[in-house]
Amino acid sequence: MVRELIEAIGEQAVVWHDEDLLVYEYDGTIDRGNPDVIALPKTTDDVVNLIRIANRYDAPVTPRGAGTGLSGGALAAKGGVIIGMNRMSTILDLDVENKTALVQPGVVNLDLGAEAERHGLAYAPDPSSQRACTIGGNVAENAGGPHTLAWGTTTNHVLALELVTADGEVQWIGHETRDEPGYDLVGCVVGSEGTVGIVTQVLVRLVPRPTAVRTMLAVYDSVRQASDAVSAVVASGIVPAALEMIDKMTIAAVEPVLNTGFPLDAEAVLLVEVDGPESQVEAEGARVEGILNRFEPREVRSATDPEERETLWAGRKGAIGALGQIMPNYYLLDGVVPRTTLPDVLDGVYEIAERYRLPVANMFHAGDGNLHPCLLFDEREPGATERVLDAGGEIMRLCVDAGGAITGEHGVGLEKRDYLPWIFTEDDMDTMKSLRAAFGPTENFNPCKIFPKGHGCGEAGHQHAQHQIAKFGPKAFV
Amino acid sequence: MSISAPPPTTEPLWLTEDRPDAGELGLCVHCGFCLNACPTYHDLGVETDSPRGRIALMRGLDDGRIAWSPRVQRHFDQCLQCRACETACPSKVPYGRLMEATRAEAFAQQKWPRRQRLIWRLVMRGVFPYPRRLRLAGYGLKLYQRSGLQFLVRRSGLLKRLAPRLAEIDALSPSARRPFFANRDTAREPLRGAVRARAALVTGCMMPLAFPETHRATVRVFARNGVAVSAPGAQVCCGALHAHGGDVEAARLLARSNIDAFTPESDDLPDAILINAAGCGSHLKEYGHLLRNDPEYAQRAAAFAARVRDVHEYLVEVGFSPPAGRIERTVTYQDSCHLSHAQGIRKPPREVLRSIPGLTLSEMRTPDRCCGSAGLYSVVQSEISQRVLAEKMDDVLSTSAEQICTANPGCMLQLDAGIAQYDRQGRMMPRSTHAIELLDESYRLGDEVDA
Repeated sequence: MVRELIEAIGEQAVVWHDEDLLVYEYDGTIDRGNPDVIALPKTTDDVVNLIRIANRYDAPVTPRGAGTGLSGGALAAKGGVIIGMNRMSTILDLDVENKTALVQPGVVNLDLGAEAERHGLAYAPDPSSQRACTIGGNVAENAGGPHTLAWGTTTNHVLALELVTADGEVQWIGHETRDEPGYDLVGCVVGSEGTVGIVTQVLVRLVPRPTAVRTMLAVYDSVRQASDAVSAVVASGIVPAALEMIDKMTIAAVEPVLNTGFPLDAEAVLLVEVDGPESQVEAEGARVEGILNRFEPREVRSATDPEERETLWAGRKGAIGALGQIMPNYYLLDGVVPRTTLPDVLDGVYEIAERYRLPVANMFHAGDGNLHPCLLFDEREPGATERVLDAGGEIMRLCVDAGGAITGEHGVGLEKRDYLPWIFTEDDMDTMKSLRAAFGPTENFNPCKIFPKGHGCGEAGHQHAQHQIAKFGPKAFV
Repeated sequence: MSISAPPPTTEPLWLTEDRPDAGELGLCVHCGFCLNACPTYHDLGVETDSPRGRIALMRGLDDGRIAWSPRVQRHFDQCLQCRACETACPSKVPYGRLMEATRAEAFAQQKWPRRQRLIWRLVMRGVFPYPRRLRLAGYGLKLYQRSGLQFLVRRSGLLKRLAPRLAEIDALSPSARRPFFANRDTAREPLRGAVRARAALVTGCMMPLAFPETHRATVRVFARNGVAVSAPGAQVCCGALHAHGGDVEAARLLARSNIDAFTPESDDLPDAILINAAGCGSHLKEYGHLLRNDPEYAQRAAAFAARVRDVHEYLVEVGFSPPAGRIERTVTYQDSCHLSHAQGIRKPPREVLRSIPGLTLSEMRTPDRCCGSAGLYSVVQSEISQRVLAEKMDDVLSTSAEQICTANPGCMLQLDAGIAQYDRQGRMMPRSTHAIELLDESYRLGDEVDA
């Protein structure tokens, strides 16, 4: 197969030596997968050829962008071919009047943002990994980000896409007008985590760049005060562009390296941003500030210049990586809960972490109720990984019990497939599987992702999750 | 598929104390934020040539999971060591240090081809450490250039056909500029006003021969601002190129000589050890780390490193009088990697430039992306270097700049080669320059107006 792949796209585009494959065994999570070969196409035709070759050898196909994902989506769980889309990285067209951009999937999120900015536009979804993550990966995972509170996640910004299906057919789905008659097939592909095909072109919606922005930092002495403030802001009817919470442990990691100005002894800080036309920003900013002040903050201050704003955001967006300063490994969770339950769920998260003797850092999209507890550990310590996974399971369970779900934006992937039965019945999952099958013979497409178990996925990976399920009862559906 | 890495199969492969530190390797959480910042990942589009990938390879070696094959070595060799990944890294993985450690091991284990090792011994150990031999080489180069031989060689294209690699080196070779800078020249410049500080200038290996004017400008600018600059006569090359290449033994020898030259065992240390070359500056600041296990020098090295200041950094630190001479010119500033990424100095050079009346700073899209010079990289990995340069020139020429300003001799040479190759409209006639030279020019123009 390797020989055929090389014949199809050239030697420079195929990685197959053992030592090189090592580099492709991980993404941003703690899971690993061992691919047999990596293929790096440059055109849609290349992708078609690669898929046909893989099909002939009945090899699993795993699409990969920049490998920054946080649910194991880009890992070759069953070996086979990883199709790395990073070399298809051209912005093909930017239509200023219609506010759209046609891009290849390997375009880096921030590069698209920068190009749009030159035309007074913006690409709204801004995951924390936006400096490196690709639009293709964003589409697969339906990526979010702090600024999706007002603008919606990736699915709200994809108008149409070119998909190479599992049998190697090229299909255009969607239309440049906002509202296409018929089923929302684009919506099915966005967030499908690479299980229905490979996206080779994306037509995205751009939004006007706000003329004014105000970023506020509010410092609180308790997480509860901060989360009450979040609820109050949202209840007021104002939709801030972003509403983020960062807790003490995160501040301890971020502050020494990034010098963001978050006070080290605060229990929680909120980062609130309002944007839009000048007058609106002024009015809403003042109202938000008033609300934040009601919950006895130690301080509320506004970033006065773009640089200061950038620094505050660097503290938020660099938070995950900075945790490496405290412990060598982290397990980043992604749960979503009804916003009103935030204070209680957070208390629960801290309680669970304490019980498992694990430091926990929280930095998350409070406005969306999208939690990101981050458990810190050292994988070299015997039993630590198991403890972390157990604690992670409990936290997920907590979110589900609060009426939430097991992922807000990172996807289910490999990591949380065993929790899927907590929120869906067998029937639900069968329906999803038949939708997947409607896209063609997809069983080799990113196998072992989203759905529990799956044929031939082996027991090795997520026994811990099985053991979680055993712990919480076999039919723990909500 | 497994949760953690498989257990090691063989013993670790490191031979020396300079090996990459396992704890520092462990800081990488493979988030991938570094990928897009890396010029070689950008160019080659494969993760084995990304910072995250190279760290995985180092870890693979450390765990004994992979063998140190020529293939692995190539991924290490292709790293520019620009350290843009360190700026992007939220975990602050000291990638530059890890790569130098890996190269030190590669050097000790003789992972390079024989010929390359031989050339290294001849040039890097045989010439660079000796100022007199360097000067001799400078005269040789001058003769080659003045005699018209270089012109003929380039014109005929003979070298390109016979030895294309040599032709590339020829294109990048600095033009030797007489009169060369001599360390005693520093004494000539009269000080203005009271002495505010005393600084010792690191004159380096190539700068006195190829960029003597930058040194003269440095001395004049600081003298005008009340800083007495001297240049210890016994100093040698700083050893940055040696350390980047993995020849830590030579790097340590040079570091010890310089510590002896600049801080002879007395309490009378200069207020600052000044350097106007970014690559050297970042290495000088690492002397403490380089000699950490040397019982005799460890402390002195740390004290030395603590006093090292880049010229822009020091100018802003001590404060400089605003220049008066107008320079009506648009320049673009290329952040030298070892100034921005390695030393975190981005604002001071721009502050210096903005202080000059009439001068406009036109920023490029990615001023802190490497130009491909990277010390010896432009010679050793010329193909990648040329592509990185092409992209840089594209960025440069999309600004309205008439001149490039940067902070390192390697960058100046590379960008000058870029101008010769890509500036078809001949917009950038003057060679690239150093901010300190522009500041000096403005001071002197101001004096002329006064006179």
